Amino acid sequence: MIRDITIGQYYPSGSVLHRLDPRTKILGTVIFIISLFIGDSVLSYGIATVFLALMIKVSKVPLKFIVKGLRPIVILLVFSIGINMLFTPGDAIVSFGFLTITKQGVKLALFLGIRLVYLIIGSSLMTFTTTPTALTDGLEKLFGFLKVLKVPVHEVAMMMAIALRFIPILTEELDKIMKAQAARGADFNRGSLKEKLHGLIPILVPLFVSAIRRSNDLAMAMEARCYHGGDGRTRMKPLVYQKEDGLAYGVLIFYLLIIILVRLFLR
Amino acid sequence: MSIKLENVNYIYAQGTAYEKQALKDVTLEIQKGEFIGLAGHTGSGKSTLIQHLNGLEKATSGTITYDGQNIYDKNFDLDALRMKVGLTFQYPEYQLFEPTVFEDVCFGPKNQKLDKEEVEERAREALRLVGLSKEFYDKSPFQLSGGQKRRVAIAGVLAMNPDYLILDEPAAGLDPIGRTEILDQIKRLHEEKGIAVILVSHSMEDLANYVDRMIVMNHGEKVFDDKTKNVFAHYKELEWIGLSAPAVTYIMDELKQKGFPVSTDVIHMDDAEREILNVIKGGGQRS
Repeated sequence: MIRDITIGQYYPSGSVLHRLDPRTKILGTVIFIISLFIGDSVLSYGIATVFLALMIKVSKVPLKFIVKGLRPIVILLVFSIGINMLFTPGDAIVSFGFLTITKQGVKLALFLGIRLVYLIIGSSLMTFTTTPTALTDGLEKLFGFLKVLKVPVHEVAMMMAIALRFIPILTEELDKIMKAQAARGADFNRGSLKEKLHGLIPILVPLFVSAIRRSNDLAMAMEARCYHGGDGRTRMKPLVYQKEDGLAYGVLIFYLLIIILVRLFLR
Repeated sequence: MSIKLENVNYIYAQGTAYEKQALKDVTLEIQKGEFIGLAGHTGSGKSTLIQHLNGLEKATSGTITYDGQNIYDKNFDLDALRMKVGLTFQYPEYQLFEPTVFEDVCFGPKNQKLDKEEVEERAREALRLVGLSKEFYDKSPFQLSGGQKRRVAIAGVLAMNPDYLILDEPAAGLDPIGRTEILDQIKRLHEEKGIAVILVSHSMEDLANYVDRMIVMNHGEKVFDDKTKNVFAHYKELEWIGLSAPAVTYIMDELKQKGFPVSTDVIHMDDAEREILNVIKGGGQRS
């Protein structure tokens, strides 16, 4: 019943992007997002579109799958585009009473929409091609310098890794519980709002019980393996940059330079 | 009166990298009052199959009929079907949620919109059938032992008065006493109330001891569907798909190979005993 949740999901297709070092992909995503905010012309968004399309092609993740991930932000998108369109001062195109759509408003709203959509697609491309473990490993290494400032980088990364790992487990558990209660005649879609809320109890109580039980088990298992935090811990598979990463950084810097040059000289 | 599956196919997560055909062209019929065992290796499609029987999963192709009515018809009442075909999942005790045992068992019949007296009557009867006395009624389900919780969960399904009862590994994770208790109770239910039981199990001993007919699944296909004894006669093939026959069958096979004139299609301990005694009385002659 619950299989539409694609946020943070991994899509194994074994592409070049999948093989890249997670640090490369994290920094690449950051560079892409920065480029979206540097660009302010049709040309720069055209370049960003080509770049993103190329990356999707390379990742071998079906476009259908990526677009599905956009569904949760549709409301946010419509809302912010609408506000921008209606409340930006400038040259009026049409007006209904006190609402006026301006030329500048349309342009601003359009750019904002593109930025938001590309931002989501760009970052979900990262999670589609990187396992949660690799992602947190990469983050831990990237932010490792903060350890000097006594920031518990390893612990935070471990917490993130566990949280991410638990999403599919709890989703599966939720699916099972919903089915089990449906088998006892529970109906989650019928009735008034109050009845619907009431109908959540048979799902939420077992789900919380199970989450607590699982985290207890996990804590016990970690202790049994003498886990005591990040100090002096070595890795089975340390992150090492490969040739492909060098190439990827080259492409990224080239892309960023183009976007900056377009902004500076071709307005 | 039957549940009938015809050429049922089910493809999981169609169109993604996780796509997998979980059921392949399954055709079978379950009559009212039968006691059926369902066996198969992990991932063979057993769990998917049982979720089709009460319409929790929808087949990708093929038809399922309940008493001759197609359950995928627009005006077929799936809720009513789920009342008639009760299903408990593996480790059903994790789905208990009410503050007391009694209220939890009432959840099913309450969803059937029965009046309060009828609901409570059903709950009392169900708890009696699984052997839980009045002293348990007001306890929290979380205070009980594993076996007791499991029985509360099964009572929760029984309280809906199903004609068919599907149990996914009802004895998994219980100690030997808990196992026999729960399986004996299920058998009694079958005999007393004439409920058709479909028992999913990994234990060949349990299947040999309790069920009349056995269905074996492998890679989403039905490979055997026959009287239990006849299925176990194919124990060599069963081993190829990761299953086995009861230990007695192997002992009889060894005896036969050593030259004792015993029959090898024995699956019960009592029959084995009789066979061996016969041979001994007959002088134990090796051929």
